[in-house]
Amino acid sequence: MPKDPITARGDLRLTRITKSYGDFTAVDDLTLTIPKGSFFALLGPSGCGKTTTLRMVAGLEEPTVGSIHLGDTDITTTRPYQRPINTVFQNYALFPHLTIFENIAFGLRRRGIKDVKEQVDKVLNLVELPHLAERKPTQLSGGQQQRIALARAIVNRPALLLLDEPLGALDLKLRRQMQIELKWIQREVGLTFVHVTHDQEEAMTMADTIAVMNEGKIEQMGSPADLYDNPETAFVANFLGQSNLIKGKIDGTDGDNLVVDLYGQKISMLKKRSHAVDNSLYAGIRPEKFRISRLGTPVKGNTLSGGKIEDVSYIGVSTQYVVAMPWGQEVMVFEQNDDGVAPFDKGDEVNISWEPNFTFGLRGDEDIEAGTEVNPEELEEE
Amino acid sequence: MSQKVKDASIPTIPFKARFSRWFGRNLLRIYMIFGFTYLFIPVAYTFAFSFNDSGKSNLIWKGFTLDNWRNPCGAPEVCNALGNSIKIGLLATIFSTILGTMIAFAIGRYKFKGRSTSNLLIFLPMATPEIVLGASLLSLFLVFKINPGFWPTVIAHVMFCISFVVVTVKARIASLDPRLEQAAMDLYANELETFRKVTLPLVAPGIAGAALLAFSLSFDDFIITNFNSGTLITFPKFVYVSAARGIPAQANVIGSAMFFLALAIVIAGQLVKRKKTR
Repeated sequence: MPKDPITARGDLRLTRITKSYGDFTAVDDLTLTIPKGSFFALLGPSGCGKTTTLRMVAGLEEPTVGSIHLGDTDITTTRPYQRPINTVFQNYALFPHLTIFENIAFGLRRRGIKDVKEQVDKVLNLVELPHLAERKPTQLSGGQQQRIALARAIVNRPALLLLDEPLGALDLKLRRQMQIELKWIQREVGLTFVHVTHDQEEAMTMADTIAVMNEGKIEQMGSPADLYDNPETAFVANFLGQSNLIKGKIDGTDGDNLVVDLYGQKISMLKKRSHAVDNSLYAGIRPEKFRISRLGTPVKGNTLSGGKIEDVSYIGVSTQYVVAMPWGQEVMVFEQNDDGVAPFDKGDEVNISWEPNFTFGLRGDEDIEAGTEVNPEELEEE
Repeated sequence: MSQKVKDASIPTIPFKARFSRWFGRNLLRIYMIFGFTYLFIPVAYTFAFSFNDSGKSNLIWKGFTLDNWRNPCGAPEVCNALGNSIKIGLLATIFSTILGTMIAFAIGRYKFKGRSTSNLLIFLPMATPEIVLGASLLSLFLVFKINPGFWPTVIAHVMFCISFVVVTVKARIASLDPRLEQAAMDLYANELETFRKVTLPLVAPGIAGAALLAFSLSFDDFIITNFNSGTLITFPKFVYVSAARGIPAQANVIGSAMFFLALAIVIAGQLVKRKKTR
């Protein structure tokens, strides 16, 4: 439908997008819908294709195949300046030769808006930096530049705001503060935010929906809680937090539950939380879901016996135990320090137990190391 | 130090140790003083002798006068030569800056077949001995039946200035973050607006520097000019020719004036820069 793309509004739909550079496929047959008004995060390690995806949405790259729609409008091949989409760049990319005021007014002026003062002032107030209007970008701190970059984008009221690792250059404390602020601003202005990050905590704090990307594909998409509690792949299980993955065999069913054999010990789990395709599976349990008990103490739920405390790290709010299981695997257990002391010592013989509903099941042919070797601090792709 | 009251109970540091400590601390300063002396004695000499009441030859100090500065065109031909040099310099600067900047953008920004070769070829005129360039250009002009004179000199100057412009502007383009242009496009600026509002202002200091460099290269070029200017007198040619019978003090006046003009430009540039970053 012949319509000026700049006026397009609605959901963002990526349909079967592939982007190749020679032999290298950065994005591999990606299909994705981002609903209007949501705070959406693309999460993944360096080189997973998330930034390439973002750049294709911004118009800075063209997909090799596939199409991008905003509402009913096809924007696949339109130029960046023809799209109602603005980006907050990784290192902000503020124009060093212009004042903060002119930086923010840049987009408005290009669209032929003469009276920019009111809108620029309003957005400067929103990011709480009205006193910096006449400064140059180099005179601002990293956190201030970050907010100006955001102001420069949202002043245009785009259909879609893209954030490319927007908090990557800030220190931890400032990053936490900006996470909360960004979320607040998103609600305040009611725009669709698409946020690209390798920081799982950042994604989980801010986004309504997270798509975990790996090697150019989406591994899993859902709310932060869905992804954390019921990961479908080993990559997601390991990339978002830590997981204990224990090899097992499905032995039978019991109503809504599966009976699973883990090295000779029977446990049960919900059928609908298993993503196994045959009777081999990995049972996944998050470290904080485990409970440790001394031998002989009666316990509820699933129990694995024969553990021996291998290592104890007291970290204040919790204690982290490494427990060696009889089949040679070491599992991680996080115990809350309700009583202020770590009750177990190295060498203690223990059982571990957990609520059956917390178990998730992965395919038995998964690589259980997937997603663990990723160093989130390493350099971003490109 | 010496004003302090001497207290005999405090052990004194031997002079040798004190001296070597002082020397160690000030070594860089001493070295710098020597370095600058070496650099500026010739300039100081030129400046001093611009006040010489010299008469015909300006080799021996004969007394102080301001006449040379009051009447810089006093010596025959000197201002004519200066005028020619400025005209040639300005034309060479304009053309070489425009052409060189375009080449710098092409090489610095676009990938095309023969890019690295052109990159290399750009350096060639800088590496070729001027005497060879000058002689070859002359024979080239003669082949095309163009007589040496004003325009052949301009063409020759544009030719060797381009390389320097390309190198200077290219360095500036290389330091330009491509994300700034992407940000401009993202903020609804089309290609032309992006160039005018973002790229050009950011590269402008490099272009200005290149233009100044081109002008000073053209202004004091002697070798290539000597081959291609025929009977036209430029300032360097004037100085060279008059060296045989004693350079008039007016040449010192013009030389000093050029030096102070350049100095003023550099200082002004620094001041503007400091004001901007503050």
